[in-house]
Amino acid sequence: MIVFQKPKSLTDAEFHYCPGCTHGIIHRLVAEAIDTLGIEGRTIGVAPVGCAVMAYNYFACDMAEAAHGRAPAMATGIKRSLPENIVFTYQGDGDLASIGMAETVHAATRNENITVIFVNNAIYGMTGGQMAPTSLPGQVTQTSPYGRDVKTAGYPIRVCEMLSQLDGPEYIARVAVNNVKNVKAAGKAILKAFQNQVDGKGFSLVEVVSSCPTNWGMTPEKALQWVDEKMIPYYPLGVYKDRSAEVTAE
Amino acid sequence: MSDKVLMKGNEAIAEAAIRAGCRHYFGYPITPQTELAAYMSKRMPKIGGVFLQAESEIAAINMVYGVAGTGKRVMTSSSSPGVSLKQEGISYIAGSDLPALIVNVERGGPGLGGIQPSQSDYFQAVKGGGHGDYHLIVLTPASVQEMADLTGLAFDLADKYRMPAMLLADGTTGQMMEPVQLPETEPVSVEKPWAITGTGMKRKHNIINSLYLQPEELERTNFERFQRYAQVEENEVRYESFLTEDADIVVVAFGIAARVSKNAVLAARKAGVRAGLIRPITVWPFPKKQLEALSHTAKGFLSVELSMGQMIEDVRLSIHDKRPVRLCNRAGGMIPSPDEVLAAILKMQEEV
Repeated sequence: MIVFQKPKSLTDAEFHYCPGCTHGIIHRLVAEAIDTLGIEGRTIGVAPVGCAVMAYNYFACDMAEAAHGRAPAMATGIKRSLPENIVFTYQGDGDLASIGMAETVHAATRNENITVIFVNNAIYGMTGGQMAPTSLPGQVTQTSPYGRDVKTAGYPIRVCEMLSQLDGPEYIARVAVNNVKNVKAAGKAILKAFQNQVDGKGFSLVEVVSSCPTNWGMTPEKALQWVDEKMIPYYPLGVYKDRSAEVTAE
Repeated sequence: MSDKVLMKGNEAIAEAAIRAGCRHYFGYPITPQTELAAYMSKRMPKIGGVFLQAESEIAAINMVYGVAGTGKRVMTSSSSPGVSLKQEGISYIAGSDLPALIVNVERGGPGLGGIQPSQSDYFQAVKGGGHGDYHLIVLTPASVQEMADLTGLAFDLADKYRMPAMLLADGTTGQMMEPVQLPETEPVSVEKPWAITGTGMKRKHNIINSLYLQPEELERTNFERFQRYAQVEENEVRYESFLTEDADIVVVAFGIAARVSKNAVLAARKAGVRAGLIRPITVWPFPKKQLEALSHTAKGFLSVELSMGQMIEDVRLSIHDKRPVRLCNRAGGMIPSPDEVLAAILKMQEEV
């Protein structure tokens, strides 16, 4: 009996991610959700510009590679063209919360029936560790070598809190993948974000608080601790909006 | 054939696009092309199509990118400052070898410029505009009828060569009303096995992408793309030739400038000057061979443009500077009068 295997929705291509990077876990959770719902044949993914730029090689479904930050707009086009298909984006913090913030907010407010996986690791990984819109106050990066000074660089953006102020979106949740318990909860939230789309409910975004040992300059283990000690206090986990649940509660 | 109807140029483009099978339109408000979006917003919901007013020109072109990836006919429209914003997406669409239609109803620039007609986005349209090596098929309507006709053609050519096409119009042709006979031909159907439509678990996944990290691979895609472009240059040049056979002075103009120039050519003929007109309908591909051929008989060329002189470079390149080429231009939203063009023709006649 097989008790553990690679999700069918992942190809056999080897990930290019750094040792200890949590993109691998998140890819797996997305693929598991697609497998669970049996939607691989009608799913179309949109990869970002950033570390996950080559996600199109890893997911077995049809894929598109968007321009930096434009994945929600591209996904909007795909979904409007093929409303019966399942469309998801997979984006990092620079992509979604900096250069693509307008596309994110407007896809959310239109309640575009897509699923957005937002990986927040508080840094630009692909380009070698620059300050991200979600870098923490005081965080040292290549472009904040003296630590993020909020007086000149502003404050980190809490995406879930901000988007949950909109009337449009269906589901906004923040999860983490730094321990087994959190990974399980993350899997559930990602599954729900896809299920919502299958059910026609609308825009569902899951922010995954993630680690970047390479650019944080930490061991993988230390990086996961840093998620617990620094990231999660600034980015509290939880469900920020769940419109269907609100209706039920009323 | 259908009866003639009176329509604005912008609306004729919209209706012709729908008749060409376009059911997806994404745009952002900007003068002087707003009627196009307004027309789409009225019609699309009634025919099961999609009209979406995007949050920005950038979002609009990336929505176009998404639909183009699914293999359906799709378009956006804007005017000069907005088309600048679309350049990133246009480069990606070209780099992913996707068909799409972009309409530019040009206004004066640079910067916010003005809202009156212009042709000063010529370089942007025919020389790339966005980053990287690519071309658009660029069609230039000179009448409301042509706005309708060239819209359908643009979709067909984009599909045939898997590349974006642009309708390069201007504020005058966009805004003016003329009788138009709308096309009733069925859109040409093209197989699109590359489209992302879901694998249906029946094939390997399709990927819409412009990223090639291996330089050898990226170079190969560029060379392959330019082989396709060479076919476009060979097969798809379109132009109108008016009284050029015996012409000493060949006027070269497109769009509204060509209509003004035609009157000037006729006036020059009355004044005893053998003038003629070449009106490029495609400015990429440019009617290079036709101009080169005329350089053996004509004494001089006059480029008439609503810009500070952009197309004139292609005229000079086409004839290898074998004859003098002069510019007759207005800019910033101004249009030359037939008398101004006539004066330039007569002056050139004296010079050559």
